[in-house]
Amino acid sequence: MTRPHSLFESALDAPKYMSRAEAEALTKKVLSYVTVDAARVSVGSGTLANSRFAVNQISTAGDTYTTNVSVRASVGKRSATASGNRLDDDSLKALVKKAESLARLSPEDPEAMPELGPQTFRESPGWSDATASLDPQGRATAVQKITSQAEKAGLVSTGYLEITAGANAVASSNGMFAWGRTTAAALTTTVRTPDGTGSGWAGASTNDWMRIDPAALGERAVQKAKASTNAVAVEPGRYTVVLEPTAVGNLVQLIGGALQARAADEGRSFFSKPGGGTKIGLKVVDERVTLVSNPYDSDSYGAAFTGEGLPTEPVTWIENGVVKNLAYDRYWAQQKQMKATGAQGSFKMSGGSSSLEEMIASTERGLLVTRLWYIRGVDPRVILFTGLTRDGTFLIEKGKITRAVKNLRWNESPIFMLNNIEMMGRPERVSASESGSAGQALVVPPLKARDFMFTSLSDAV
Amino acid sequence: MLAIDAAKSAGASYADARISRNNVRNINTSQNRVVGLGDNETFGIGVRVLVGGSWGFAATSDLSRDEVARTAKVAVAQAKANRVAQRRPVTLAPVTPTPNGTWRSNARIDPFEVPIEEQVALLLAANEAALKVLKPNGQGAGFVNSSMFFLREEKSLATTDGTWVVQTVYRAQPSVTCQAVNIQTGDFQSRQSTDIQPMGRGYEHVLDGKLVENAPRWAEEAREKLKAKAVEVGRYDLVLHPTHLWLTIHESIAHPTELDRALGFEANYAGTSFVAPPDKVLGKLRYGPEMMNVQADREQDGSLGAIGWDDEGVKPDTYMIIKNGVVNDYQTTREQAPYLDWWYKQSGQPMRSHGNSYAQSFADVQFQRMPNVSLLPGTKEQSYEDLIAATDRGIAIVGDGSFSIDQQRYNAQFGGQLFYEIKGGKIVGMLKDVAYQMRTPEFWGGMDMIGGKQSYLLGGAFGDGKGQPAQSNAVSHGCPPTRHRNINVINTGRQA
Repeated sequence: MTRPHSLFESALDAPKYMSRAEAEALTKKVLSYVTVDAARVSVGSGTLANSRFAVNQISTAGDTYTTNVSVRASVGKRSATASGNRLDDDSLKALVKKAESLARLSPEDPEAMPELGPQTFRESPGWSDATASLDPQGRATAVQKITSQAEKAGLVSTGYLEITAGANAVASSNGMFAWGRTTAAALTTTVRTPDGTGSGWAGASTNDWMRIDPAALGERAVQKAKASTNAVAVEPGRYTVVLEPTAVGNLVQLIGGALQARAADEGRSFFSKPGGGTKIGLKVVDERVTLVSNPYDSDSYGAAFTGEGLPTEPVTWIENGVVKNLAYDRYWAQQKQMKATGAQGSFKMSGGSSSLEEMIASTERGLLVTRLWYIRGVDPRVILFTGLTRDGTFLIEKGKITRAVKNLRWNESPIFMLNNIEMMGRPERVSASESGSAGQALVVPPLKARDFMFTSLSDAV
Repeated sequence: MLAIDAAKSAGASYADARISRNNVRNINTSQNRVVGLGDNETFGIGVRVLVGGSWGFAATSDLSRDEVARTAKVAVAQAKANRVAQRRPVTLAPVTPTPNGTWRSNARIDPFEVPIEEQVALLLAANEAALKVLKPNGQGAGFVNSSMFFLREEKSLATTDGTWVVQTVYRAQPSVTCQAVNIQTGDFQSRQSTDIQPMGRGYEHVLDGKLVENAPRWAEEAREKLKAKAVEVGRYDLVLHPTHLWLTIHESIAHPTELDRALGFEANYAGTSFVAPPDKVLGKLRYGPEMMNVQADREQDGSLGAIGWDDEGVKPDTYMIIKNGVVNDYQTTREQAPYLDWWYKQSGQPMRSHGNSYAQSFADVQFQRMPNVSLLPGTKEQSYEDLIAATDRGIAIVGDGSFSIDQQRYNAQFGGQLFYEIKGGKIVGMLKDVAYQMRTPEFWGGMDMIGGKQSYLLGGAFGDGKGQPAQSNAVSHGCPPTRHRNINVINTGRQA
C-alpha cells in the first residue's frame, strides 16, 4: 500500500493487484472507521494491459492499474453506498462518512438482509502467472504473429489483445472476509482485404495466456478474409446453420440474462409459467442440452464469492433439456425457501462428438456462420434477439462449402435454436464479447441447427 | 503544467494533461423500495504525449509532484516503444490556444446539492402513481422501476500549445419503466419514459420531467400494449417521432461519418463504414433528399455533447455532415483533420479539427468521439400530427426501443416504445410486436416529409460505445419528426 498508485505502468515490477494481506489490512482499516450498525467494504484492484493494432501496426498500448473502494453502510434497514479511488486515510474516512450519511437519509428497505458473518470459501482456478506476467514486449510479439501473416498475404489486420490481472475483496462488519484473484486474456483480430470486399475474424479468450496461439488465430482470420470475397446474396428465410463455437456462445450467453427467479415468479420472464410459477421442472430445450455454472471448473471458472461475500457453488441451470434451477438472491431464496445461488456469469454447455467437418458434410443446403454481431434484445418473452452474421459467412451445398455469402440479419432465440439441434461438437472456451474484452468464461460446442431465422440481407463486409 | 513540462523535457514534441474529478450519483428504486443508492467519486490525471510522431499515454490517481512527473515520463517511454513499427507519423492540425478559459454546462440546480431524501421521495411518489394504474385496487400484476443518474465532472486541460481551460460538465437522466403483466397468458409489456431524454443539465431536468404527473400515463400505455393488435408484416409508410428518430440518426448517420471508422481503424470492434473512402464520397454520395441537412455541433443548449473545448483544447465548430442530402464532412480530431486536407482545400475551407476528441475519464486516452449530430428541421412549419394527417396507410412510432445495425451501418432494425396504426390520416389503434428493417441509403432516400422548427427535439444517450478497451461517450441528437415511404416492417412476436 506504500507504493504510488500509478494507473499506467511500463515497469515489470508494477503492481498488478492488491494481495490478500494488503486487501485485508485495507478493509480492516475502513471498517474501523464505521460508526453505524453494519457495513460492507469491497475493494477491486487490478491491471488492464492492452495492445491495439490497426492497419498491420500497433496503434496504442498501455498498462492501467486501478483500485476502487466501495463502502455500503447500514443503519437498521436503511443503507447506501459510497465509492472512490483514493486510498489515503482522510479520503477513506470521508468515504465512510458519506456512506453513513446517505444511509441515514435513505428510506427503510423492507427486503434488507443482514451482512454476512464468516464464511468458508474455495479457491477459484482462475489465476495464471503466464497471463499476469505478459509484458508489453510479449504482447507486441504476439501481435506481430498476426500482422506479419496479414502483411505477407497482402491483407490488412486490425485487432486487440487484452489481459487483466486483478483481485476482489469483500469484508463485512460481521466478520466475513473474502479475497480472490483472477486473470483473463483475450486476443481477437479482423483481417480484411485492402479493397474491403473480404473480412475474416478469429479470436480466443481464456484465463491462461499459454492456451492462446496467436499464429493460429492469424492464420484462421487470413484464410477467412481470403475465402469471404465475392460474396453472393442468398434469399433471407429459414436455414439449416452450422454455427462455429463463437456464434453458439454469442447466443447461449443470452440465456444467462433471463435466469432471475424473481422475474420468473412475477410473470415477466421466459422462465415464467403461464398461469403462475416458474418453469423449473419443465423441458424447454433439446434433451442433449445441459447448461451449468461451475466457478471451480478449470475451463469455465468464475468468482468464488458474490458481491455480498456469499460463497458460490456449482449450479445446473438446465439438465437434459429440463430447467433445474434459477438464480436466487438471498432475499428471494428466503421467501421461496430455496438456496441462494447469486448471479453467476460463467457458463458451460454440453456438447457432442461431431466435428465441424462432419456437420458440413451432412448438410444438403445451409450456412456456415463464424460469429454474430450487434446482438440486442427484441422480445424478452421468448429471449428473442436480433443481430447480424459477420466476418465469414459461407454457403454449404451438398456437403461442401461452395462460396461466400453476404451477411444476414437474424431474429432468433437461443431457446428456439437449442430446440432445433441436429448435431453438436466438442465444447470449447470462446471469445464471444462484441468489444473483444475477455468477459466471463463461456464454454460451448459448435453445433448444427435447423430452421434458423434470417430476416434480411446486409451489404456490410 | 508540471506534467507537460516533465513530458517536454523527456523528449515530447507535444503533450497534454487532463485532471478530472468525477462525481456520479445513482438512485434506483423498484415498486416501493430503494434498491440502490450510491455516490462515486474518482480523481486523477492523464498525460498524453507525442514523440517522433507516435502517441504515448499514462495516468495516475496520485497527484503528488513526484508521481505526476513520473507518469509523464512513463507516457514518453510508451510513445518511444510504440514508434518502432511506425508507418505514418502523427501530425496535428493547427489550433488556436486558449490561455485561460472556463466553461460550465447550463445547469441551474446542482443535483449534488439537492437533499437526497427529496430525490428518493420523488422517485417513490412516481412509482406510487404508476402502481395505482398498473394494479388498480391493489389487484393484478404490474411493476415499476425508476432511477436518477447525475454526473458532475470538473476537468482541467493543459497543453504544450499554451492552452489552459477549466470546465464543469453536468449530466442528468431520470427514468421510469412501467411493466404490465398478464399472468394467465404469459404476456408482459414495458413502457420506458423515453419522452424524457438524458440531458447536459442539472436537477431542473428532473423537475421539468414531471415524473409523478407522467407516471400514470406511462403505466396506462404499458397496459394498453398488452391489448394491442399484433402488427401485420409488410411495407408501411413510417411517421417517426423525434423521441424515436434520434437513435436511428445516431446509428445510421452519426456513426458512419466518424473518420476513424471510414479509414479502417475501428474494424475489429465498432466496424468500418459504408461512407468510404473519403475521396469517393465527399461532395458525391447522396444520403437522402435535398431537404436532408445534418449538422454536427457541441454547443446546443442542454445537449450532452456541449463543451467549451474538446479533450485536446480545440474549440469545437458547428459544421454540416450532410448538406442538401449529400455527404459534406466527417467528424475529426487534430490527428485526423490532415487526412482531409485535400477536401478542405478543394472546398475552400481551412484545415482544422472539428473538436471531436473525448475521453471518458482521466484514465482513458482521448480519441475521436461523435459530437451532437442532428437532423435540421425543414423550412415548412409542420408537426408530428401534420405528418400523421398526411399519411394514408402507415405506422407512427414513439420512443426508442430495440436497436441493431451492421458493422458498416447499412442494415438496421429498430423497435420503439409505442406503435400506432395510421389509416386515412388518423390513428386508429395501437399495435405491438413492431420492428422495421432498413437499408440506410433507401431509408433516408425514402424520407419525403420533415417537421418544422417547432417540432424539433433533442434525444440522446450516455452509453455510446467505441474503442478497445471500450469507452462510453454521451451525445445528443436533435431532430424533427419525419416520414419515410415504403419501409419493411416485421412482426417480432414469437411463441415459445
